[in-house]
Amino acid sequence: MNSTPAAVEWAFREQSGKILATLIRFLGDFDKAEEALQDAMATALERWPVDGVPDNPPAWITTVARRKAIDRIRRDQLRVEKYGILGELASSNIDELDMFEEPTASALHDDRLRLIFTCCHPALSVEAQVALTLRTLGGLTVPEIARAFLLPVPTLAQRLVRAKRKIRDARIPYRVPPDHMLPQRIKAVLTVVYLIFNEGYTATSGADLVRRPLCRNAISLGRVICEIMPDEPEAIGLLALMLLHDSRRDARVGSKGELIILEDQDRERWDQAQISEGRILVKRALLMRRPGPYQIQAAITALHAEASLPAETNWLEIEGLYATLAKMNPSPVVELNRAVAAAMSRGIQQGLNLMDQISELGDYHLFHSARADLLRRSGKNSEAAIAYLRALELAENQTEVDYLRLRLREVSQAD
Amino acid sequence: MRYLCLIYAEETIQEQMTPEEQGALFGAYGTFTEELEKSGSMLGGEALQPIATATTVQVRNGNTITIDGPFAETKEQLGGFYMIEAKDLDEAVAWAAKIPSAAMGSIEIRPIMEFGEGH
Repeated sequence: MNSTPAAVEWAFREQSGKILATLIRFLGDFDKAEEALQDAMATALERWPVDGVPDNPPAWITTVARRKAIDRIRRDQLRVEKYGILGELASSNIDELDMFEEPTASALHDDRLRLIFTCCHPALSVEAQVALTLRTLGGLTVPEIARAFLLPVPTLAQRLVRAKRKIRDARIPYRVPPDHMLPQRIKAVLTVVYLIFNEGYTATSGADLVRRPLCRNAISLGRVICEIMPDEPEAIGLLALMLLHDSRRDARVGSKGELIILEDQDRERWDQAQISEGRILVKRALLMRRPGPYQIQAAITALHAEASLPAETNWLEIEGLYATLAKMNPSPVVELNRAVAAAMSRGIQQGLNLMDQISELGDYHLFHSARADLLRRSGKNSEAAIAYLRALELAENQTEVDYLRLRLREVSQAD
Repeated sequence: MRYLCLIYAEETIQEQMTPEEQGALFGAYGTFTEELEKSGSMLGGEALQPIATATTVQVRNGNTITIDGPFAETKEQLGGFYMIEAKDLDEAVAWAAKIPSAAMGSIEIRPIMEFGEGH
């Protein structure tokens, strides 16, 4: 840490999720906690250049934020007394705050766990869950989140205000759910994180590039969740899945922002450090013997990552994993991927036969483009062209449209 | 904290039930209400007569306008309610999930606005 403002920025960006979690527990209110944190940041910017950066910045910030919150509550209380409205609630809060000792590591851990379950409570809309999680645990600012979701700042701010109001007024509990609710609630938390990741991952070019930091943010949220729920194999599976997907970030986009499919990617450009971390995590999760969809998807992605050439891909094993996934999460999209794996391992006709049995994907552009790819490989160029055209009618993402046009030209010229 | 649980269900479903099925539904409501009362969480609750008996009233420019039927026509109709005491939304959701109609209709949970206490 070279300069003091940088130290302030680091402390707040990296640690604000933890600190906020503690403050929310003590103040019982998201807004009051955010205000206190803002106050503490202003004080840090003022004091640190003079006094030097404290030994333990998060502890310093927590203490100052707490003190600032007490000041505010006292001011509000004075106002309350002046206007003769009940001040009991405010004063009881002060007693609790005065007795508050330095936060221990385990208390911080528990606070963050409570916070993530509150942010991802199913009584909030998924959009609100995502925004709250990024704001509180992810430490992103409101403009940063708005930019990433291509939304006007006031829209996003309003979404957060409404969510925080509902937490307070409908009394959404700030706690770790009881055991019988836990599996479902953990699933909801992981869904939010994966949603954040995918929002960033689908972005490949141009204006969309502002969304890329969402991937990094989702990965660091994934790490936080693994840290606070170390016995949850699906959490580890999700982190592995995100790391493995993200390892291809540089290889999957061409110089003009065009999408490069897995088969055509320059594998030298895959992030090997991330791949090996992802592989270790997949193994660790699978050894817990409680397999789930994220672990299986991570295992599939790991198999792709292990092949240094497309031809070395273990498609047979991938097909088996998709079959397992289809049993856990029956879905036509999984069946489609399974059919592709079958085509690669047992022959294109086998894959096409499996695809013909999928009836629900007539309006899904990736179904037609996958089918078109198989037809192209087996030399059925005119059938492939029809399938590419159908995919083009349905595709919306510009990079995907460009890819499909390129393929369509290839098969049209071949005849 | 007080919550109002509004019970929405398709009236036609209940109309089409056999007498045995209707008996079973009433029995389930009896059991649920008893459990709610025993826990001390029951503050009130009633079943409503069918939507065909509903009347909507509006006052415009000092004139009382009376309209036959509910304010909004919806697929599911308000058929009854419980007022419950619960410590938080999770507890309210747990009670709402036990209301027999939750299995076929929907329960809307509304926290009661408390005036003059807390915030």
